[in-house]
Amino acid sequence: MDYEVKYQKSKVLTDNPLSYCPGCTHGIIHKLVAESLEELGVIDHTVGIASVGCSVFSYQFFNADMEQAAHGRACAVATGVKRIHPDNVVFTYQGDGDLASIGIAETIHAANRGENITVIFVNNAIYGMTGGQMAPTSLIGQKTTTSPFGRDSHLHGNPIKVSEMLQHLDGVAYLERVSVHNPANVRKAKKAIKKAFEYQIQKKGFTLIEVLSTCPVNWGKTPVDAMKWVEESMIPVFPLKLFKDAGEQHE
Amino acid sequence: MAKVLMKGNEAIALAAIKGGCDAFFGYPITPQNEVPEYLAKYMNEHGKVFVQAESEVAAINMVYGAAGAGARVLTSSSSPGIALKQEGITYLAGSQLPCVICSVMRGGPGLGSIQPSQGDYNQATRGGGNGDYHVIVFAPETIQETIDTMKESFDIADYYRNPVMILVDGLIGQMMESVDFDRPVKQRFLPPKDWAANGTKNHPGRRNVINSLYLEPKELEDHNLRLAKKYALVMQNETRYEMINMEDPDYVIVAYGTMSRVARSAIEILEQAKLKVGIIRPISLWPFPKQAFDQIGENCKGILVTEMSLGQMLQDVQISNRGRHPIAFYGRSGGVVPEPEEIVSAVQNFEKWRVE
Repeated sequence: MDYEVKYQKSKVLTDNPLSYCPGCTHGIIHKLVAESLEELGVIDHTVGIASVGCSVFSYQFFNADMEQAAHGRACAVATGVKRIHPDNVVFTYQGDGDLASIGIAETIHAANRGENITVIFVNNAIYGMTGGQMAPTSLIGQKTTTSPFGRDSHLHGNPIKVSEMLQHLDGVAYLERVSVHNPANVRKAKKAIKKAFEYQIQKKGFTLIEVLSTCPVNWGKTPVDAMKWVEESMIPVFPLKLFKDAGEQHE
Repeated sequence: MAKVLMKGNEAIALAAIKGGCDAFFGYPITPQNEVPEYLAKYMNEHGKVFVQAESEVAAINMVYGAAGAGARVLTSSSSPGIALKQEGITYLAGSQLPCVICSVMRGGPGLGSIQPSQGDYNQATRGGGNGDYHVIVFAPETIQETIDTMKESFDIADYYRNPVMILVDGLIGQMMESVDFDRPVKQRFLPPKDWAANGTKNHPGRRNVINSLYLEPKELEDHNLRLAKKYALVMQNETRYEMINMEDPDYVIVAYGTMSRVARSAIEILEQAKLKVGIIRPISLWPFPKQAFDQIGENCKGILVTEMSLGQMLQDVQISNRGRHPIAFYGRSGGVVPEPEEIVSAVQNFEKWRVE
């Protein structure tokens, strides 16, 4: 009996077992990135930049050439690769500690130069890999191991809104915040990620997709409750929004 | 190309181009600014890469990205800037990526001064990055030697897949000398960069990953041992030094870079005073030319180490001397370049400056 293949794992993902915790949405985001690259047929000239944090091992998961960057430096490393190989597709995959704290300068300047790279920015409002410390994107009141009484704006400042900041830079071609907490939003996220890569292929400039993600283990929630927390607590602070689409304005 | 009169920093830039530099990433800092300024024009006009980064940290990480993608890459900076680059340098060494780093030393610590200094000997040879690694460090004494070394350094970096540092001070960067860019450099067989992360279409059937992360202790130890093997090879092949006037001298001066030029003048004056003084001039600071010290004659009354610092190379000399000869140290710091007469006096009053 012949079976029709309805669904299969993207060829752009290796067979290495993912190192992510159960219920974490990194796996979904990996899948969306991989599918986009596969559908665009660019994987043989793609170079991905792995960052530091939970996604430190992403160089084991994407079936492409990869460079592992120092903490926060992914956009600088990507700049180096892209300037040498302008026709390659170059992307970074970074968490909020990596991108929005230690790597904020590299991110802003890569965006401002209009580096023709795609940044996948995974925002889960916490440092996952190091065990649940406060992130620059942690919410007010959010309890973490380094804000045990909850994030207090007087002590810790407010959650940093990366997309809101970057939208004002002329080098940014495409900037959208998406989420993967339910199937409808996963589909929207896929569309955004794929579009970002399309823009890069068309040499439109810097593209960044901020993806709201979960961290059930360090949030102290079940995977289901974590999805709810994204919807009820994170989205009000980090609204899902298309911040900038220079391609559409210009065409 | 006939001989031309050229400023040190500009000569560094042109020598890098002659050495096959594909890309430069840097950040402004005195006294090396003529290096990026020269390259900003040239690289752009010749379809090569020049990026003024937002910081030294970003610049060295751009170097990492470009080197990992297979390019011949240069960055240039000075003391506090090199301090910031240490993070990237350990990643480059750990991931076995080639690159050339030009360090034009100024006074320190902290913001220090913009005058010439040799206070970054330890920064260059020991490094401020984490882990078991080495950077190959060459310290030329003239602009001509800087050019020759720079041209060869890209090959050396590629050959060993390791960062190479050209260490000069602000004096060499800022002065002008008559130089020749066409002197031949040693030819090396360089294997293709089949490890580069430049897209799998360039190496079908294999995925290239640039990485320094090994969570399994045994895996990391194996990696460390591979690096150690490479460093042993570098020590064997790339240790460089010059022996000047070393036939049975009364005293030996040890000096590198600008200080060896001062020492050359000093030994001429000392010769008139009937004192035969030789110079050991380390050219590679890592690997340090320990073997040079085995060649010091029996009649040597002492070794004078001179530096434009308060004594950093001194420790390598002490290690290399292994207690065989008395050691004295004379150094100036803060941007002061000693006069030859000061070195003459230090030799003549050896006991006053004696440290060992």
